[in-house]
Amino acid sequence: MAMTLITTNTSDGSASSDFTSSIDSTYKLYIFKMYNVNPATDSTHLKFQANAASQSGYNETITSTLFWAYHKEDNSGTPALAYVAGYDQAQGTSYHILSDGIGNDSDASLAGELYLFNPSNTTYVKHFQATTQIYGSGDQSINIFSAGYFNTTAAIDDIQFKMDSGNMDGVIKMYGVS
Amino acid sequence: MGIPTLISTNTADGDSALNITSGITSSYDEYMFVLIDMYITADAGGVQFNVSIDGGSNYNVSKNTTDFWASHNENDAETQFQYNTGSDVSGTGNHLLTIGQGDNADDSASGILYLFSPSNTTFVKHFYSRIHVSNYTPRANNHYAAGYFNTTSAINAVTFVPSSETLSGTIQLYGIS
Repeated sequence: MAMTLITTNTSDGSASSDFTSSIDSTYKLYIFKMYNVNPATDSTHLKFQANAASQSGYNETITSTLFWAYHKEDNSGTPALAYVAGYDQAQGTSYHILSDGIGNDSDASLAGELYLFNPSNTTYVKHFQATTQIYGSGDQSINIFSAGYFNTTAAIDDIQFKMDSGNMDGVIKMYGVS
Repeated sequence: MGIPTLISTNTADGDSALNITSGITSSYDEYMFVLIDMYITADAGGVQFNVSIDGGSNYNVSKNTTDFWASHNENDAETQFQYNTGSDVSGTGNHLLTIGQGDNADDSASGILYLFSPSNTTFVKHFYSRIHVSNYTPRANNHYAAGYFNTTSAINAVTFVPSSETLSGTIQLYGIS
């Protein structure tokens, strides 16, 4: 398996991190690696959406799942492994949530990765899988596993990451795997 | 996964610890530790790990972690999918990457641990791992751990230790750019 670094997006107080070129038939798998993603607004979620070729707007139809493992620094509450029904979608067109609320403390952040499979295919839906790890706004460690599919047979050629609200810092790298 | 570059191959053979004290720098955004056939002499023991911000003099960095597993007995009598309260950490102690390993001659644990941006001096340092264990009961135990080291100091060394007695095995360190 050969992996090629295609694009590095560095956000510094940016509203979004957009990948609007190089998502094409060259690779069957695209991997997005996220480092030190820090929101300006406390307790906001990192999320992403796609735009299909020759269309406009990040609004593809998604059906998705999300579960997490959760633990607070002060051991308060109950550490848990849970499916999070409020963060999945059933034929929705909202952005897919990749995290719980990240803290905006100066040292709080998210790290993780998103796999997007065969985005240029025009026969099948487009699957994705993500694993993220965050320092939550409530001083908790949350390991988040989400997945789903874009319910479209159109090719996907744009991906956008952004926070629920406010700007973000961080680095997101896109790799192609052949 | 990005593009992995092998930095070092580290081997333990009946040792009390396997320490990796070089190669963890600002050269890479992400480090991948591939654990191969980690064997613990203590029955029902496990592999733990911790990190250092002083080159390996002390492995006691504050952390907050989670842990869960999926497991299935060889006799098909039981399956589990659960959070493991006893394996998470909020403090400076070692984090348990595995528990309940068998000490039979063919028992072991293998898997991968990812450590993100260890040399960054602004943010906490995240990690997550997925390690598979041949459990002492016996059962297949797929172990997921994650968390953050609650420090803005650079991490420059990592230790892997047995929960008791000794460990053997190979850990390869890769950098991902």
